[in-house]
Parts: sequence; C-alpha cells; structure tokens
Amino acid sequence: MFAETALNASNRRVQRLFRILFMLMTGLLVLPVLLILTMLVYKGGSVLSIDFLFTAPTHGMTAGGIFPALLGTVWLVGVALLVSVPIGVAAAIYLSEYAADNWFTRVINLAIINLAGVPSIVHALFGVGAFVIFFGFGTSILAASLTLAIMTLPVVIVATRESLQAVPMAFREACWNMGATRWQTIRRVVLPNAISGILTGIILEVSRTTGETAPIMFTGAVFFTPLLPQSIFDQTMALSLHLFVVATQVPGVPDNLPYGVALVLIAMVLLMNSISIAFRVYLRARKKW
Amino acid sequence: MGTNNTASDFDRRNADWYMDKLVQMLVFIGGISAIVFIVGIFIFITKEGIGFIVNTMDVKEFFLSPYWEPSDEDAPEYGILALIAGTASVTGLALLVSIPFSLGAAIYIGEFATGKVRESLKVLVELLAAIPSVVWGFIGLTIMNPLIIELFDVPVGLNVLNAGIILGLMTAPIMTSIAEDALKAVPDRYREAAEAMGATRWQVIYKVVLPAAKNGLLGAVLLGIGRGFGETMAVLMATGHAVNIPHSIFDSVRALTATIAAELGETAVGSDHYQALFTIGIFLFLITFVINLSADLIVRGIRRG
Repeated sequence: MFAETALNASNRRVQRLFRILFMLMTGLLVLPVLLILTMLVYKGGSVLSIDFLFTAPTHGMTAGGIFPALLGTVWLVGVALLVSVPIGVAAAIYLSEYAADNWFTRVINLAIINLAGVPSIVHALFGVGAFVIFFGFGTSILAASLTLAIMTLPVVIVATRESLQAVPMAFREACWNMGATRWQTIRRVVLPNAISGILTGIILEVSRTTGETAPIMFTGAVFFTPLLPQSIFDQTMALSLHLFVVATQVPGVPDNLPYGVALVLIAMVLLMNSISIAFRVYLRARKKW
Repeated sequence: MGTNNTASDFDRRNADWYMDKLVQMLVFIGGISAIVFIVGIFIFITKEGIGFIVNTMDVKEFFLSPYWEPSDEDAPEYGILALIAGTASVTGLALLVSIPFSLGAAIYIGEFATGKVRESLKVLVELLAAIPSVVWGFIGLTIMNPLIIELFDVPVGLNVLNAGIILGLMTAPIMTSIAEDALKAVPDRYREAAEAMGATRWQVIYKVVLPAAKNGLLGAVLLGIGRGFGETMAVLMATGHAVNIPHSIFDSVRALTATIAAELGETAVGSDHYQALFTIGIFLFLITFVINLSADLIVRGIRRG
C-alpha cells in the first residue's frame, strides 16, 4: 500500500547497523569471559578429584588437597548467615511493611546502598578495628563472619524487600479486614507468599560470601593452619584466600594446582547463583497473581 | 447490640497486640541496622586512623608526595599520590572498556533482544557479575599476564593494561544490569507513542528511551566507578604492585586498596604505618560515600521529574 521511501530505507539501514553493533558489543563482553572460564575448566580439571576435595594441603601447600579451606569457608559462610539473615529479613520487613515514604526511610536506603558500595578492604579495616580489637574476638571465625555478614547484608535486605513487595496489597488488606494485627498478617499471609523469594536472596548471599577474600584476610582467615576449626573462636583457612595464597605467596606450587582451587571456588559460586536464578524463573512461571 | 459496649470491649491490648508492638520494635531495630553499621564503619576506621591524622600526617605530603615508604626506619614517607595515580589509571582504563560495552549490551538486551535470547543473556550477565574478585585476579595473573607479554613484547604483563581489562570485564556485567534496569524503568507507553509515529526501533531508543533513562544510566556508570575504585583482590594481583606514577599502560602500578591488603598484615597494631593504612581506608570510605550519594541523588532526580 505504502511504497518505501528513501528515508524509510535509510532509517531501516541505520537501525540494522546499530542492532548489529550492540549485538557485537554484548558478544565481546560475554565471549572473553566464557573463553577464560573454559580455560579454567581445561587447566584445573586435571587436578580435581575426590581426594583433592577431602585431603589437607601437604609439602608446604605445594601438594595435597583443599579440605581445610573448604571446611573453613563453610564455617565462615554459615556463621555469617546466622547473623545477616535475621537482621536482613527484619530490615526488609520494616522497609516493606512498616516504613513510611519519608526522609528517614531514604536515609536507611542510602545506608544500604553505601553498605554495598564501601570497598571490601574498608570492611576488612572495620572488622579489624571493631571485632578483632575493640570487641576482643581476635582473629577468629566470629570476627571474620561478622565482617562478612555486615558486608553482604544489603544482598539479603534487597532481595527480601523485593519479594515482600511483590505480594499484592489486596492480600494484606483482606487480612486486616478480618481484624488481624500487622504481625499476624505478615506471619500468616505476607511471609508464606514471599518465602521462596527470600530463599533465592539467601542463596545469592551464600554465593557472594563464599567468594569474598579481602574482608576475611585480617579478621579470621589465615594462610595456613594445620588445625580444622573447632569453634567460632578459632582461626581457619578459607577457599578464596587459599587461591590467593597458592597463586601468589607460595613458591614452587605446581602450575595446575591453583587452577584446581579456582575451579572449585568458581564452581561453588556459579552453582549457587544458578540455583538461585533457576528458582526465581520457576517461581515467576508458577506465580498465581 | 452496640449500645452497651464498655471501653474494655474496644481495648485491643491483648497478647496479639503486644506481640505486634514487640515485632514492630524488633524489625525497626533491623531497619536501622544499616545506618548503625555504616556509621559504625566510619567510627571504627576513624578511631584506628585518627592518631596518624592528628600527630604524624602532613596533609600536603600525604596527598602530593609520590613516595610511599612506610617501612623506612629512619625517615618513613607516607605519600599516596602514586597510589591514587595507580587506582585512577586502572579504574579509568577499566571504564573506557566497560562503559561503552555495558551500555551497548544493556541496550541490546533491553531493547533489541527478545524472548529466549534476552532471558539467557540476562542470566549470563548475572552469572558473570558473580565471579569472585580473587578469581579475576588469578585470571589476570595466569592468563592475561603471559598474553600481554606475548602480544606487546613487554617484559612485565602485570600492569595498568592487565588490571584495567580485568577490572573492565568485572564491572561491565554490574553496569550492564543496572543500566538495563534503568532502560526498563522507562514506561512502555513512551515507546509505543514513538512507534505509532512511525519511528524505527533505533529512533525510539535514540530519541526517546535514552533521554528518558539518562539519569538512571548515569547512576549505573557512577556505581560502576565506585565498584572499580574499591576493588581490591583483582587489582592487588594484576597491577604488578609497584609504587609508581604510570607513564604508559605497560607500567606496573599499585592501587590504594591493594596497598592496605598487602601491608596491613605486616604492621604492628597502633604503629604509624598501621594508622596510615587506616587513613587510606577513611579516604576510600569518603570517596565511595560521595560517589554512592551522587548516584542516588541522580537516579532520584529522574523519579521526581
């Protein structure tokens, strides 16, 4: 009906050009990283074995496995979660269910953004100044986990707040009309409807906490200790720091050993992220409202 | 009914009411925890660093001297100019890489890609953003280092170029997803109105979506800068860690964050050197605070407008 004018044609060409340009940019952003990951798998794969995961390093960390570091990371992440999940969920409930839209709430939100934006090494300094020295925990799992917990708190808060806010207002109103208190409404209606979203956020936090290195370097994780942690007041090895140590600090490490450590670390982090994402996709597909 | 109600019938202060108040108090404590922690961070790092600021620090020397020799026993020097130059050069190069690419990727994912492609790219970007910084540092050390030596025929591959690329690849996914959120925040009716006028997809993006998302995109860039600035492990491992004001991208440098990470373990608590490292921490805290604050103000500007 309408003949294509020269202007239309040129517009279309410009559009196609930009589409391809941006597609290339996306590709250039993603491809190198995929290549690098493939290389990690290729080089680190030869080291991986059940023994590697479940034995201690030997010969001055130039041989053996990573078990103490793996176990240490589990301790650090576990204790950090015990602290950050209750505080984070409480903060999110406050922000989503109670807080008014005023300057005070804005200050809280700004604090959350800043908590996420403060460099990890500054969190480490805080951990040293506050937990190691002032509260006298020494370099211990407790001090390191508290530092990690505060650093990753925004992850829990943001994810939980989002899933709470996704629960339709009508659900709450229906409940209030039955004479329920705010807390009864939150406990019986809001939280059950948001729980899976909260879990997704927690898994994401586990992944973040697992990979952090700088905040634990001076607060509780050590280069090497022959002892496995027995309590939260012990020092421990950690997987992320172990990668740093075998890659830079120990002479005579065989070439592929650090690749193996890197592979385990990245596999743990990406696995948990994938679970979290899959969970979210599943939830969105199942959503009833 | 309703005629002989006494005051106590309306008195709702039963167990549930008290429970409600208790919970309200508890979640309020949770709510203000972020403020408590951010203030706590500032107080505690200041407490450890203040001795140096008050007694030893010469403000002019601290910011303008390129000599960082804290372990010199006779005349220790605390100049962070070279460290600032290191951080700035690496972050600058990283942004040169990551800003165009992440904005391009955000536009492609948000405006051009559809269906499965779009969803997969979003998941991929999210996974890339999750790679821990120590792994990036390791990649700089083991993969980029020999590659740079080979390609450019330079003696050392741990330099501004290496760390800049690593940091660029690291911040790009984060910037991409924030920028994509900013594009998504532009209401669809803007796009529909423009399309109804006969605009092509690119015209819609260029004339309508980008101007409307301008502040959000700027916020994304600022958050990326903040992230690059504060990055520690990757920069520690990929820069070469030499105190040096760089003259080319093949010079090794040392970053502010990396200096703290490398030296804090060796210093005695309370010594000048130890306090000087905390002073760098205070400096980093203030700078990232300003960056985050401006990002927030800029993004908010858009919402009000």
